[in-house]
Amino acid sequence: MDNTEGQIFGINGPVVKVKGSDSFEMQEMVYVGDEELIGEVIGVTSDTTVVQVYEETTGLKKGEKVVGTGGPLSITLAPGILSDIFDGIERPLKEIRGISGSFIERGVKVNNIDEEKKWKVQFKMSAGDYVTAGDVIGVTQETSLIEHRIMIPPNVKGKLDWIAPDGDYTIADVIAKVKYDDEIIDITMKQRWPIKQARPYSKRQPISKPLVTGQRVMDAMFPLAKGGTAAIPGGFGTGKTMNQHQLAKWCDADIIVYIGCGERGNEMTQVLDEFSELIDPKSNRPLLDRTVLIANTSNMPVAAREASIYTGVTIAEYYRDMGYDVALMADSTSRWAEALREISGRLEEMPAEEGFPAYLASRLSAFYERAGYVTNLNGTEGSVSIIGAVSPQGGDFSEPVTQNTKRFIRCFWALDKSLAYARHYPAIQWLNSYSEYIDDLTDWYAKNVSHDFIAKRNKIMAILQEESSLMEIVKLIGADVLPDSQKATLEVARIIRVGFLQQNAFHADDTYVPLEKQNKMMDIILLFDKRIRECVEKGIVLSKVSESGIADDIIRIKYSIGNENIDAPFHELARKINETFDNLVYNHES
Amino acid sequence: MAIEYMGLNNIQGPLAVIDGVSDAFYEEMVTVTLDDGTKRIGRVIEIAGDKAVIQVFEGTSNLSLTNTKTKFMGEPMRLPLSKEMLGRTLDGVGRPIDGLGEYFADEVCDVNGQPINPVSREYPNNFIQTGISSIDCLATLIRGQKLPIFSGDGMPHDDLAVQIARQAKVVDADDENGDKFAIVFAAMGVKHDVANYFKKSFEESGVLGKVVMFLNLSNDPVVERIITPRCALTAAEYLAFKHNMHVLVILTDMTSYAEALREVSSSKGEIPSRKGFPGYLYSDLASLYERAGIIKDAKGSVTQVPILTMPNDDITHPVPDLTGYITEGQIVLGRDLHLKGVYPPVSILPSLSRLMKDGIGKGFTREDHPDLSNQLFAAYSKVEDAKSLASVIGEDELSDMDKKYIAFGRAFDEKFLSQGKNENRSIEETLDLGWQLLGMLPKSELDRVSDEMLEKYYKPAE
Repeated sequence: MDNTEGQIFGINGPVVKVKGSDSFEMQEMVYVGDEELIGEVIGVTSDTTVVQVYEETTGLKKGEKVVGTGGPLSITLAPGILSDIFDGIERPLKEIRGISGSFIERGVKVNNIDEEKKWKVQFKMSAGDYVTAGDVIGVTQETSLIEHRIMIPPNVKGKLDWIAPDGDYTIADVIAKVKYDDEIIDITMKQRWPIKQARPYSKRQPISKPLVTGQRVMDAMFPLAKGGTAAIPGGFGTGKTMNQHQLAKWCDADIIVYIGCGERGNEMTQVLDEFSELIDPKSNRPLLDRTVLIANTSNMPVAAREASIYTGVTIAEYYRDMGYDVALMADSTSRWAEALREISGRLEEMPAEEGFPAYLASRLSAFYERAGYVTNLNGTEGSVSIIGAVSPQGGDFSEPVTQNTKRFIRCFWALDKSLAYARHYPAIQWLNSYSEYIDDLTDWYAKNVSHDFIAKRNKIMAILQEESSLMEIVKLIGADVLPDSQKATLEVARIIRVGFLQQNAFHADDTYVPLEKQNKMMDIILLFDKRIRECVEKGIVLSKVSESGIADDIIRIKYSIGNENIDAPFHELARKINETFDNLVYNHES
Repeated sequence: MAIEYMGLNNIQGPLAVIDGVSDAFYEEMVTVTLDDGTKRIGRVIEIAGDKAVIQVFEGTSNLSLTNTKTKFMGEPMRLPLSKEMLGRTLDGVGRPIDGLGEYFADEVCDVNGQPINPVSREYPNNFIQTGISSIDCLATLIRGQKLPIFSGDGMPHDDLAVQIARQAKVVDADDENGDKFAIVFAAMGVKHDVANYFKKSFEESGVLGKVVMFLNLSNDPVVERIITPRCALTAAEYLAFKHNMHVLVILTDMTSYAEALREVSSSKGEIPSRKGFPGYLYSDLASLYERAGIIKDAKGSVTQVPILTMPNDDITHPVPDLTGYITEGQIVLGRDLHLKGVYPPVSILPSLSRLMKDGIGKGFTREDHPDLSNQLFAAYSKVEDAKSLASVIGEDELSDMDKKYIAFGRAFDEKFLSQGKNENRSIEETLDLGWQLLGMLPKSELDRVSDEMLEKYYKPAE
């Protein structure tokens, strides 16, 4: 064996110091101790190597051996990833349950992905074809929803010397041989890829399409683009996880990678249960068929928490390479940052703000930059969109993780405690949130939804903005003394808040609202706005408008009008609004 | 055979350092014997070459560099477990202190436990009726949940915890396991009288035989506190997953626990994060709270009600803050309600139960429960707005609608929140009471309730 080998010298939590060899490489994956716990080299000095261990270190002894693997921490990419649940270093939790029961034991040895299962492969190329990295040589139906495209790994090119006939193969079987410079390379369905290194692509594309989520406050007010990055910060109980779940359920990506990073075990169970029961409306198949879950719950080892984020994004890039739109949800990136802080503290590094290491910002930016809309090596287009939840301490957005995240994302959905207390969900505070994608997406909305979609959105934002400055006055002297024109603004803003921004995730129709309906809802609200202002001009008392109950009809649109065949009911409602106001004007004038 | 090491090299706060150790492993237990024959236990918390850093649970007073013999036990901290623990009182590291002698161990387990595989978890959705309106209706407790009480000094969190423990029952009729319940009580740094109060209350309600008490009182060694909740949860897991019992774990006071952790951290010379607490406070708290739940391979459950006192009533203090991020909701007690004489002073707006959405409504409690609780929250938050306006312009100047809200808020505090310490309301009573209060508001204000529910349950007050 020419593998590097050293001996444990010191142990402090997940950090192990190793002596006896000076040839460990930075970020090399190592096996630690007699139980062969998985670890990674994070520091090398002339006499000591520092290793972080991805499992609990209880029971490790000085002098036990540490063996290098010669390569960085890598994961297996192959069919069989989807609809499964893995831990932070891609060990399948279902398999682990089979081995160690209800609790996770240390040092469990399992294959990352089932190597026995046979996949029915159809080949798309034949011997003699020239292939380069990323080329699709065959396909297999990974789940009922997703076709897995078997690609030539990124570092291989040459002439197909041999290719297997269509049939059933495991991921370990050789299915093709590529010849380059007299060297023959075996191709299987599995690839290994180091998680901290971004997978290559051919070219970045400009952002141009929205990631449609069916959530009004997101789609209409603060849209996220495919290939974009967003953050959801909020104190506890403001609904970060709930929003992430809603996105994972309804956004129009092909593949969802959901990372539970340092969060609750029950939440992962919930996603697992709920997603296998929930049916995707477009395909009538369970949503779990397009989802992969990475779970490092808050009581699982801290070092693996750091890895879980990279594992997730590597899987996302792998499916992007096949030409899919992938959305990655990381809940929560703060726990990841805290894992960095914990390891950094144990290494006795000089801390920057609040004990976080100085490299926090660069790590965050490296992670978010792995999002993007790209042309792949094989010419297809694909995207990775990243949505990271942030859990600021004390709900205070000025803390380092939120602040540093803000610098690298372009869509900010700020959750607000007082909205959550009032059970206004999603508790996205419209005044603190922003999306820099609006300009990029204006054309798309104009072409695909309505030519004035963004104009209407801006108008609604302006009303909300005005409301907030009026509320300053109302807080001091009450609403009664305001002039009617301002009272009208408050009324319209109320309708927007309750009828449009608030959305009921537990209602069969309201949980997902198509853009078409969102557009029509904005039309109706703006119609009401126009008519109520007419009344104000003519001097009609506003109480007459509220007596008519028309505002409540608008607020109830979300329940009273379904998601399909919406033209007629919206038309009818518009007629009713016009009729009500016409009557008011008529009565007033006669 | 284990070797004994003579003397120590260094003593710092609760930590002792021994040199020349060849065979220790991380988190190994040690016993330190003093010259006078008294024994203390400790744990290896760091190994650096030949040095082992030991955390001595009973503290290091009277230890000197020469008067000790240290023995490495060759195993991590373990707790003997048995059904005979029920009804017993143990100290903070699990040794009997009720004078009834040792109990016969059926099994011995590592107190650190192991993380539950998310795949083996059963998602909790069994409603627990506590008989307390504010909790049952608005922050419902679910079996297998971890729902802390955020309180402050001088507030009646102990009374509330006792009332929950006494009244909690599962309404589910076809659960043949329903009567197999147990309570594990862990006291960390609480006063003698508080511990006695709990004991007396358990005695009075006749459940003492079902309770395991772990006591680390305020004058007991600080470091021992770090082990106390781990022992308690190990016992709870054993009862729940080996004997299929439904275990309610009360941990009090988590703030003292976190402070003990800070003390050890600072004597180790670690780099502090917020307010001097160690950077791993989150992971450490999570390793306790996450031990609540239900697993597929057993019929029992572990439900946690940790109690913590917020220093200076500050909910953004690291302990309540990090707790809130881990637990599935929180019940927050409000000083203003307490001063007004409302018992239990549950401040409903910041209170929350994350699991309630799946354990209430049709088939669990009653069909109107989700809408009703939503509406009560929304209405109460308007009461707060009206109150803050009234404090500026005076109540007389308020609009009619705001006046209605003020009246609603008053009635809500008096009738809905307030109840006797022995008053046990059924969920139907609680929900009906909620509707009765909503009757004080006009129908048009109730925008969180579906038309169907309004039709069936809404009756305007005379």
